[in-house]
Amino acid sequence: MIKYLLRYREILLVVIIAVLLAAFSTRSPGFARPANLSNIFNDTSILIILALGQMAVILTKSIDLSVAANVAFTGMAVAMLNAAYPGLPLIVILAAALGIGAVLGALNGILVWKLNIPSIVVTLGTLTIYRGMAFVLSGGGWVNAHQMTEPFLQTPRQIFLGLPLLGWTAILIVAAMYLVMSRTLLGRAIYASGGNPAAAVYAGIDVGRTRFLAFTISGTLAGLCGYLWVSRYAVAYVDIAAGFELDSVAACVIGGISTLGGIGSVAGAVLGSLFLGVIKNALPVINISPFSQMAISGAVIIAAVVFNARQERRRGRIILRDRGASEQIEGVT
Amino acid sequence: MSQSAQPEPVTDVPLLEMRGISKSFPGVMALDGVDIALFAGKVTALIGENGAGKSTLVKILTGIYAADAGEILVDGAPVHFANAQDAIDAGVTAIHQETVLFDELSVAENIFLGHAPRTRLGFVDWKAVNARALALLHSLESNIDPRIRLKDLSIAQRHLVAIARALSVDARIVIMDEPTAALSRKEVDDLFQIVQRLKRQGKAILFISHKFDEVYEIADHYAVFRDGRAVGSGELAGVSQDEIVRLMVGRSIAHAFPKAEVRLGETVLSVEAYTHPTEFRNISFALRKGEIFGIYGLVGAGRSEICQSLFGITRPSAGRLVLEGREIAIRSPGDAIGAGIVYVPEERGRHGAVLQLPIYQNISLPSLSRTSRSGFLRAAEEFALARKYAERFDLRAAALSVPVGTLSGGNQQKVVIGKWLATQPKILILDEPTKGIDIGSKAAVHAFISELASEGLSIIMVSSELPEIVGMSDRVMVMREGLSAGIFERDGLNPEALVRAATGNAGIQP
Repeated sequence: MIKYLLRYREILLVVIIAVLLAAFSTRSPGFARPANLSNIFNDTSILIILALGQMAVILTKSIDLSVAANVAFTGMAVAMLNAAYPGLPLIVILAAALGIGAVLGALNGILVWKLNIPSIVVTLGTLTIYRGMAFVLSGGGWVNAHQMTEPFLQTPRQIFLGLPLLGWTAILIVAAMYLVMSRTLLGRAIYASGGNPAAAVYAGIDVGRTRFLAFTISGTLAGLCGYLWVSRYAVAYVDIAAGFELDSVAACVIGGISTLGGIGSVAGAVLGSLFLGVIKNALPVINISPFSQMAISGAVIIAAVVFNARQERRRGRIILRDRGASEQIEGVT
Repeated sequence: MSQSAQPEPVTDVPLLEMRGISKSFPGVMALDGVDIALFAGKVTALIGENGAGKSTLVKILTGIYAADAGEILVDGAPVHFANAQDAIDAGVTAIHQETVLFDELSVAENIFLGHAPRTRLGFVDWKAVNARALALLHSLESNIDPRIRLKDLSIAQRHLVAIARALSVDARIVIMDEPTAALSRKEVDDLFQIVQRLKRQGKAILFISHKFDEVYEIADHYAVFRDGRAVGSGELAGVSQDEIVRLMVGRSIAHAFPKAEVRLGETVLSVEAYTHPTEFRNISFALRKGEIFGIYGLVGAGRSEICQSLFGITRPSAGRLVLEGREIAIRSPGDAIGAGIVYVPEERGRHGAVLQLPIYQNISLPSLSRTSRSGFLRAAEEFALARKYAERFDLRAAALSVPVGTLSGGNQQKVVIGKWLATQPKILILDEPTKGIDIGSKAAVHAFISELASEGLSIIMVSSELPEIVGMSDRVMVMREGLSAGIFERDGLNPEALVRAATGNAGIQP
């Protein structure tokens, strides 16, 4: 049983999250009430969406550190658009958010693909650039709730079947990403490009282009989150979502997505996000300070990395033994 | 040159002797009771094909492997090398093809990296490091300043530093494993001068090379290995090259290979004046339906590079490719697979499979354009494809959905081969198809290659193994230093001629 759980990270996470919920509800009755659970899920929606984009990138052996800066810039852009042209229908705002996000993501992708720069360097650079662009765009000013239109603010809050539309958006994105990752050529190319880039090249997969597309997905989802974030917190300023890129990476790592690429699942990214969401929502309930929260999250991330590394050693062992033996017998002569 | 003046030691006791050394690996007898002796002040050339056991011998001599049987004597006294340090302590050092040096470190640091003299407090004694490096370089008759950085040196000077590094452990026995493989003629001359100095200093040198002209130029003694046995040794003077070649390849080849006689069809692919900026020049050949076209040559002759450019991994700078009468351009592996050309790389472990993905997804990976519709995968078709090739190769696995990483090595190979054949290619490029496969499995692979050819597949087979090339090919192109050194027909296939063409002595052109 235990072995089975260890093999399937996703099931293990479900069990851990359930145990956490049960434990917290003994301290604070009502924590596990459906209304509160729906609340926690809604609260975690933005992280889930960002983590799914991050997952696609990490699976290709890359990383996207610019997602939070993308959220800030896109959020600022659409908030200003809404404030300047209150007559624009929400669908145009949404399209703008997705489009701006996609362009920023594609920019990362192009740099990684065509200039062959390591993604951590590229996105560390664009992280600063995108946030700087948000500052330039807004002149350092804020867009406040009273400048935003009613549909802009209220649409994600509409409750449908007990869950706000924000939560439903996350569910929709989860379903779409599941489809992309498991049913499309692109999804397969993403797994192959990260799992063994050399083998992927020999199989006719354009690894650079695949990475580019993964970054574009990540950017598009970050753009969507830009709107969702500004609408949820009813304010746009340069520093929104500061440091949130690390939460998205943490969610992936906790969810069992290997930072070496090629291993991980949509379910893992979602559960990793939910785990962080539950911790974040539960700790204040049992009177643990935000600083301890950070320490606890950090410890969990390290534990997850250690766990991942052990899993990978088991799963990824290369046993083309004949080949190894040959190198012992007669190396490159 | 203090030491070079000392007279050549004349003694019958070898400085180092190996007697009856055997070493086996699962399925392979790498060395079978070989004897070899190295004398002070003499160069002994170790000659043999790939797989003859040369590298295994070097590894035993440097303490990396322990021999299963036999003894090693230094100055007539038995020694035991439990690890690499024991060998160094006994005065054995090796200079490899690619010695790792560090551009940003000084010459002296490179020489003493890892064993620098220390002060009493345990810090590096830089004075001693520089002084000893200077002394070592002087003993090699070089006046390189030990304090300058390696990146400021010429290639020849770097080699000298590599040699100084090898000698910095007070070596008396120096192993040079194909030291000239990457050198120009001028650099080789410089290297040989160093070897002469080492001889004068009374070092015993084991010189491994494929190139006969160099062997004759530098060596005093020879030892020929074949299939893990020492088949001849002695003084080189008075022994002809032909004799050595015969010792190297001397065995009956034909009967061991199940090459089916195939009536060759029309020309499928013609390669015309293919040229790469650095790797090969002006390569032309035509491949016919059902043909096995062998490409033979030393490692580094440009064989794999041609295949990689035919597969779109690299691009040629000039030349034409005509497939079934139509000129095509291959810019990526995707283009090649689409055109029906697939390449089974030499490093099947590294380039072959995506270990985390299930078997069926690995098999379908190069065929996804056929098993998908407008970007969406068809799992049922993928499974059908995978099942077909898994059955054909008798793949042993719990299910087609388990990750390839959980399979045994042999089964992983089957997945790799299966995924290429699943693309239904017209032309199959095999790079060292049996490298690293035990002898029993080799025959099975050869039978399989023959079967594919008789089914009408055209095969380009790169191999360093002479028996395989001679036994399997309809025609053989020999490559030397990026150029074609001739194309040999099956009727006239003569192992000795191939070796001569590949090593560049006696301008034999068919």
